[in-house]
Amino acid sequence: MFSMQTLQTVFSITGISVILTLIISLAEKKLNDYGIVKISINEGSREFEVEGGQTLLGTLAENKIFIPSACGGKATCGLCKLQIHSGAGPLLPTEEPYLTPQERENDFRLACQVKVKGDMVLEIPEELFNIKEFIASVEVLDDLTHDIKLVRLKLPEGEEVKFKAGQFMQFYTKPYGKIKEKVFRAYSISSVPSEQDHLEFCIRQVPDGVCTTYVHTVLEEGDDVAVSGPYGDFYYRGDTPTMILAGAGSGLAPLRSLILDNIEKGVTADMYLYFGAQSQRDLYYMDLFQELEEKYDNFHFIPCLSQPDPNEPWDGEVGRVNPPIQRDFKDADGSQIEGYLCGSPAFLASVRQTMVDLGIPSSQIYYDEF
Amino acid sequence: MAPQVSPLVIFIASIFTNNMILANFLGMCSYLAISSEYKTATGLGKAVSLVLVITAMVNWLVYHYFIVPLGLEYLQFIVFILVIAALVQILELFMDRYLPDLHANLGVFLPLITVNCAILGATLFMVIRHYNFLQSLLFSLGSGIGWWMAICMLAAMREKMGKAKLPPGLAGPGIAFLITGIMALAFVGFSGIFAVQ
Repeated sequence: MFSMQTLQTVFSITGISVILTLIISLAEKKLNDYGIVKISINEGSREFEVEGGQTLLGTLAENKIFIPSACGGKATCGLCKLQIHSGAGPLLPTEEPYLTPQERENDFRLACQVKVKGDMVLEIPEELFNIKEFIASVEVLDDLTHDIKLVRLKLPEGEEVKFKAGQFMQFYTKPYGKIKEKVFRAYSISSVPSEQDHLEFCIRQVPDGVCTTYVHTVLEEGDDVAVSGPYGDFYYRGDTPTMILAGAGSGLAPLRSLILDNIEKGVTADMYLYFGAQSQRDLYYMDLFQELEEKYDNFHFIPCLSQPDPNEPWDGEVGRVNPPIQRDFKDADGSQIEGYLCGSPAFLASVRQTMVDLGIPSSQIYYDEF
Repeated sequence: MAPQVSPLVIFIASIFTNNMILANFLGMCSYLAISSEYKTATGLGKAVSLVLVITAMVNWLVYHYFIVPLGLEYLQFIVFILVIAALVQILELFMDRYLPDLHANLGVFLPLITVNCAILGATLFMVIRHYNFLQSLLFSLGSGIGWWMAICMLAAMREKMGKAKLPPGLAGPGIAFLITGIMALAFVGFSGIFAVQ
């Protein structure tokens, strides 16, 4: 009796699930089939036909047009803004927070939220066509700290990447373990632009992070990874004689690129690098920056530990990066300083506030929001 | 139990005397979470009403033509939940295709509604009370409207409250609970009109 009922239950549930799944896939096939549609870019200078039903961001990427997106299409970064003149449908509530009234009037939309359902006419800034996708091989995979890995990629023979120091690339993961989909995340480049056939990244393991877990546990030296880029407006402006660079954790990566690039180019501006970390075990590239500090008069390195390990020697700053910045620049003319920040949203907000309090115009404080 | 009750009475009763939120306290999570702005609250209210009616009707058919004949009453919870989840997904695809304006307004709420207890609650009440098709239709419609009305009332008050000086600690969920409790007390006043439990 018992086993009969168990069997019946199993069959019923399976049957119901199968029927519902069938109905859903049928509905998806019928309802999500928008046929072949035409996408026309920049007044017809580029035109192609695609199958509808996907987001505009994904559809463009399939056609080798890469729009910057740091969040991977979740409508949290607002980077994939594009001017769409027709075919985008009504504005979605998910887009509203990222579009100013003026942008709304000028047909700006988030490419990751707009679904391709019919013919579309849109505009894409020419420089985005420079963005390329590379299948690079992992040359070095090294532990910088207990949770940050150095990933050094070699581009395929004959290919080059042209980027400005401070910009970022997108990393595409392959499906692994329970993750069935390809995902992508943005990481800042930590190597110098003059090295055009290599790219380096410092990637910190984020607990449960899909892409960082992939990099830390799945990826091996010699593997191929897909990256696209470069993206971002975080690069050296050079309009003031002094620059403050502040980074926390893996936020040191783009600052390393900026500093090395500036030194290579002989930039004479004073550079103050404030590096925030928790304890001694979170420090990396210390030798490099200490060496640079000794060698170049215009580079100053101030590492700050918020919770130094008492069992290990530490003679640097204790606490967050804000107090040293405040102390060092309280008498300086804020309008003559540029700020370059990279770190968590909380870090960005607090350091930005400290800088604004010092009289640095907020238009001279640069950072990427991830 | 109550097959003889007029569907119209059930309709009115499910809005006032048996209000989903204020009498049964169902669907509280989204009620508290999405009620700080009147505009979004109306959107959610509409979406809940729509999904409630559609799922209740489909579940009525599933119950009477599938579960009962096959003797699967003990599986009704799972079946109802699966049906609701599938329906919401199809509804979203359908709206995206044919009603893009409505989708732009309600689309974000639909996945949220799948796990709203008011939706499953309405289906289960309908089964427990042996409603026929017409009664179920008006019951689910009334329940949806009642839920919509309750969240709009709360949202409107919370919006006004945003400008008021509240004791610290009471702002946010605290005051929302108090308002809900007082509204529920006020709604007890309706309970004399009909006796439809």
